[in-house]
Amino acid sequence: MIRRLLARPTGCFAVVVLTLLVVLAAVSLVWTPQDPFRADPFQQWAAPSPAHWFGTDAAGRDIASYLLAGTRTTVLVAVGSGIVASVVGIVLTAIGSLTTRWVREGTAVLLDILVAFPTLLTAMLLTAVFGGSLGVVVVSVGLSFGVTIARVARGEIRRIARSDYVVAARASGVGPLGVLTRHLVPNAAPLFTVQLSLAMATAVLAEAGLSYLGYGAGSDTASWGNLLADLQTYIGVHPWSATWPGAAIALVVAALSLLGDAVRDATDPRLTTGDRAATGSPTATGTPASDDPPPGEPTDDDPATGAPGADRRAPDGTTTTPGVTA
Amino acid sequence: MSDHRTGRDGLEVTGLTVRIAGRTVLDDVTFTVPPGRRVGVIGASGSGKSMTSLALMGLEPTGAELTGSIRLDGTELVGMRDRDRARHRGSGIGMVFQEPATALDPLRRVGAQVAEPLRLHRGLDRRAAATAAVALADAVGLPDPAALLRQYPHQLSGGQRQRICIAMAMAGSPAYLVADEPTTALDVTTEARILELFERLSTERGTGMLFVTHDLAVLARIADTAVVLDHGRVVEQASVRSLLDAPQHPATAALVDAARATARRTGGPA
Repeated sequence: MIRRLLARPTGCFAVVVLTLLVVLAAVSLVWTPQDPFRADPFQQWAAPSPAHWFGTDAAGRDIASYLLAGTRTTVLVAVGSGIVASVVGIVLTAIGSLTTRWVREGTAVLLDILVAFPTLLTAMLLTAVFGGSLGVVVVSVGLSFGVTIARVARGEIRRIARSDYVVAARASGVGPLGVLTRHLVPNAAPLFTVQLSLAMATAVLAEAGLSYLGYGAGSDTASWGNLLADLQTYIGVHPWSATWPGAAIALVVAALSLLGDAVRDATDPRLTTGDRAATGSPTATGTPASDDPPPGEPTDDDPATGAPGADRRAPDGTTTTPGVTA
Repeated sequence: MSDHRTGRDGLEVTGLTVRIAGRTVLDDVTFTVPPGRRVGVIGASGSGKSMTSLALMGLEPTGAELTGSIRLDGTELVGMRDRDRARHRGSGIGMVFQEPATALDPLRRVGAQVAEPLRLHRGLDRRAAATAAVALADAVGLPDPAALLRQYPHQLSGGQRQRICIAMAMAGSPAYLVADEPTTALDVTTEARILELFERLSTERGTGMLFVTHDLAVLARIADTAVVLDHGRVVEQASVRSLLDAPQHPATAALVDAARATARRTGGPA
């Protein structure tokens, strides 16, 4: 699956950027080129140099070091929001799909109302009560995306539950639990993956936005949002400085948004097994009508006896043997 | 009435009535599928054919109100709790659907989908079920079953998919099989082969079959007797021969005439 993910340009881009992000976050725990918070009044607005890769800001802080330290915040916000959104989304989806009819209907109405509730308003409310912090960002973005996920997933689950293959599985004796674990969850998972990846991308953007407005990380926390907020005031004078955090945010957000789509595509057998089929699978030969063998009249092939008649059923001229060997 | 050879009563449907939101979809439907026999259900679109098959499986849409009696070799299914009802699905009555392209989960290998009911009904573990699935795939006439079961549904042809669906339906060795337009989505060559398979399975295993179809050629080929549905009611019930030769009810006559007209236009047999 990883190989299939890397085979796609978008998947490759997402994996490389996000791996780099996590590695840099880990490195920043033990090492940064300079102390990210040490202001050096003699080094204000230094141009990029071996000592200050990305230059320095108005207080003479090393932008590269600060950016590096900020990766931790970004990872924390993305992962934290992802976890909150998953938990909220899964719980609400379960309540909205698996319980009795009245609870389901009630949840649907509640979700419709909650979806209309702006993330920013949630964040402001939480800030008013608990003060601005990364936790507020994580919880508010996680909550609102959890609600979105539940709302989208509810429709998807209903669609899947009514699909022919679920009815066919039930007709063959598969019970509610089997339908849930083997059909509903796997078929709803791709949608969930995409939504989750969007939630994480939005969380990174929201952190920047909320920090900019003062509802996010405190000034004692290195965050890309804080850095961008500081640098953008001077953007008319030192346009290059603000580019660094801006580019970093854009890269990570793009990678997170693309990751979901790439993972979905890489795990869909309809997209990934096409190449296997082309090596000789009947469907790829373009003669679907001729690949049904003339049904023989074997009398001893009752599966209960476990006697396969494969040797007798050697492919004849009209039969295409699937060329797939695993 | 019990069958003398098998000692089984058959699948007896008596006065089956289905109402959905106040509308009567099936009205007092009565017929019997004797053990090992093939009974056809014909009728125009909307005559209640598919609802009959779903009601037999206990898979009628939620909110449908079901009265009357469905007796599976003497066991009453109507009014049974869904948990008990589920136990008869696949082992008492199996079902094959019209559209093999959508009746298989696109994300699961077909082998897993055949093995699932085998594990449920025969209590096999994963390995034994996989082996039994290969034997079953072979029994329904799939070439190179071991390799084929490792494929995903989209990699198979329509005929192969329908064979997989038949294997799924037969996995619990059901005494009766409901086939809802099982060959409608297939081309004529494949249709003939799938019908042969149904004939062979019912002869070899003594599976009673209920064949829902709108195609009189299929009916003539597969069924001994048939039930004609019109607007949710049984309007005629007779041997297929006499239905085709001397239809008594206008609805039957209309179906036969339509089939003849099509046959004349296309130059095929009536």
